[in-house]
Amino acid sequence: MKDTILAAVVTRQNADKVQGMNSIFIVENETEQQRMALLLSRILKAMSHDLENGVTILVQH
Amino acid sequence: MSQYTEAIVLGLTAGFIARLYMLRTDYRNYPSYPHGYIIHLSLGAIAASLAAIALPALLEEEYTAITFLVLCAQQFRDIRNMERETLMKLEENTLVPRGMDYIEGIAKVFESRNYLVMLVALVTSGTVIYGGFSLGILSGIGMILLARFLMRGSFIRDIASIEPGRLHFEKSLLYVDDIVIMNVGDPAAREKILREGAGLMLHPYDDDGRAVLNNLGQRQALLHDISMLVGNKLEIGEPEWSPAARKNMETGALAIFLMPNEKDMGCIIEAAKRTPVLESAVQKPLASTIGKEAAD
Repeated sequence: MKDTILAAVVTRQNADKVQGMNSIFIVENETEQQRMALLLSRILKAMSHDLENGVTILVQH
Repeated sequence: MSQYTEAIVLGLTAGFIARLYMLRTDYRNYPSYPHGYIIHLSLGAIAASLAAIALPALLEEEYTAITFLVLCAQQFRDIRNMERETLMKLEENTLVPRGMDYIEGIAKVFESRNYLVMLVALVTSGTVIYGGFSLGILSGIGMILLARFLMRGSFIRDIASIEPGRLHFEKSLLYVDDIVIMNVGDPAAREKILREGAGLMLHPYDDDGRAVLNNLGQRQALLHDISMLVGNKLEIGEPEWSPAARKNMETGALAIFLMPNEKDMGCIIEAAKRTPVLESAVQKPLASTIGKEAAD
């Protein structure tokens, strides 16, 4: 399937901004968020996109 | 039969040389697998021999032979299918694919080249029969050059001006000049893109050019050709480096982003300029009254 959101990575203070997804990864700070997004991106062969509200999503294009 | 030997031999030779010449000049279209050369040269030789004996057979009132020639000519249609299938199979394992439109264009070119070979062989053998051996040689050379001229399509440089574009980010959005390309989430990837990426801006000269750049197949062909000539850093599982082409919907300008192996803007621009305009992408709105009136 194309253009599917596979996962979301969000910091603890923004955790309420993502809901209803199977794979929400809550992290402590932005550095950890970037690292987690990179790891997931390479593992899932997906691209990380910054929603500019503290939420990063992994999308399979 | 012997009176036609010269005509047949010269016609066959001219046709074969024409095929060889056209094979040599298509380095961009041609996937370099050596066996492909053998296939196309043999088919070219068959086409040339068919056409070279066509006129002598007709003059000898061998009408059955002509019917068989027509039957054989039908077989050349399979060349298009053959090329299409081969290229589509290779496509699955290509990081920056050619795209369906480009493949269709290449397949069409390969088919039509065989018909040109037949034309060269036919005219040459005909000239030998009616004008003699030396005139035949001259017409053979003339026809080969004519075939080359006929096969010359247009290039991107004929329809648009190409300049380097400025890559920059607004927060997470990557821009080439004023055109949004994509959202890049990883800050490290953004830095790498700014450092190693290349941006191009293509401004179409008129509405016909705009229609060509609007075609998705043409855009994919551009990305493929540039990536093939200057390399591309794209890797499986790392979609951040995917090349992309997006248009400015107000002006029709096309922005291209890619991560070349060699960031030499001169070469990248030259590669874009020499990308062929695909036959399937050509539209001529300006040739119609409606298009002309709408354009001003």
